[in-house]
Amino acid sequence: MDRPSNPHDHEHQAVPSDFALRVKSLESLLVEKGLVDPAALDALIDTYEHKVGPRNGARIVARAWVDPAYRQRLLTNPDAAIAELGYGGMQGEHMVVVENTPKVHNLVVCTLCSCYPWAVLGLPPVWYKSAPYRSRAVIDPRGVLREFGLELPQDVEVRVWDSTAEIRYLVLPERPAGTEHMSEDDLAALITRDAMVGVAKVTLAGKGAAA
Amino acid sequence: MNSVHDMGGMHGMGPIEYERNEPVFHAPWEARTFGLVSAMNCWGKWTLDALRHQIENIPAADYLRMRYYEKWIAAMVELAVSSGLATRAEMDSGIPAPGSPKLTPPLTAAMVPGMISHGAPSTRNVPTAPRFKAGERVRARNIHPISHTRLPRYARGKVGTIARDHGVHLFPDTNAHFLGEKPQHVYSVRFTGRELWGDAASPRDAVYVDLWDDYLEPA
Repeated sequence: MDRPSNPHDHEHQAVPSDFALRVKSLESLLVEKGLVDPAALDALIDTYEHKVGPRNGARIVARAWVDPAYRQRLLTNPDAAIAELGYGGMQGEHMVVVENTPKVHNLVVCTLCSCYPWAVLGLPPVWYKSAPYRSRAVIDPRGVLREFGLELPQDVEVRVWDSTAEIRYLVLPERPAGTEHMSEDDLAALITRDAMVGVAKVTLAGKGAAA
Repeated sequence: MNSVHDMGGMHGMGPIEYERNEPVFHAPWEARTFGLVSAMNCWGKWTLDALRHQIENIPAADYLRMRYYEKWIAAMVELAVSSGLATRAEMDSGIPAPGSPKLTPPLTAAMVPGMISHGAPSTRNVPTAPRFKAGERVRARNIHPISHTRLPRYARGKVGTIARDHGVHLFPDTNAHFLGEKPQHVYSVRFTGRELWGDAASPRDAVYVDLWDDYLEPA
């Protein structure tokens, strides 16, 4: 592929250190003016680094796999079902859970910005926020899935959910075969972030919610 | 507005770059930016829709070049200046204007868990009749406002089917511009791949777009 010659064109390129200095200078200004409390910043950062992330979503999916009544509540009244496990809130106030089946595959995107169900998956990865994913997920979902290593048969219906409003989408992946005797905790460990966005399936070789 | 942020259906953006074991933040400045902008939002001087619109206003070439949190900070600086929380000179120099008052931050560390667990619902408990019901065919209006809208270009003029009614939500097209919330029904509208992209699309596939009453007309 063609690499852009301008280093700023590339998402993974390190930001120049003067930008880090700029953020430092802004923080010190806003703190000095009494506009922000640095301890509040610490608490916000700590929450999304350590407490709210794809493990939340994995617990929800694992519960739905082992408890048919919970699965039904999750699909029909997702906000209440998610709250049962103690999750919800910011960027997840209005959840919809879409279920993958052997005949339907769901994929979530936000073409207009980077809306993402923070409450159940944490903050979005760079690829989800990137122009390549946002631009192509709606026009060529099968091609996008192929880039993620997922080839779907032609008889599977692909449903793409563009998060244009404040509704946030969570994909309920299919439970893989061979997991019938696994505990809820062990199942949760298999469930990946990517599967809950819809760019992957859950497999026994899954690496857990971080990927 | 028809800027590059509305990129659904575009080609030419390159391959998807996937990072294994990606950290939540790639550098301390990203984390501090996330905290700073989230905390500044709590002054209530602007809406989430206004913040999104400010990001859309970044010139297209810069928008594509800048990293996600660079856009956040750029938008927050503009809104803080235009709303009077800080001056341009302060934002440029990093030094408070002489004699400027020291304020009390609206968000403390103790308030963070509550803020996150409550969130900021966009639903409004206003009795508003839906203009459409599930199963009805609708056409997304062919509009090109220069202001904020959440009706993506690729859906404009296209015919879809109401899949479900999400209830009454505030309307970003007015809310982004401080023109009121104008609560109305939002629907998930199912557009077939063929309707959006022509015969090359798989006959089975569909895109569901969340659209407000004001974006839709009967079809």
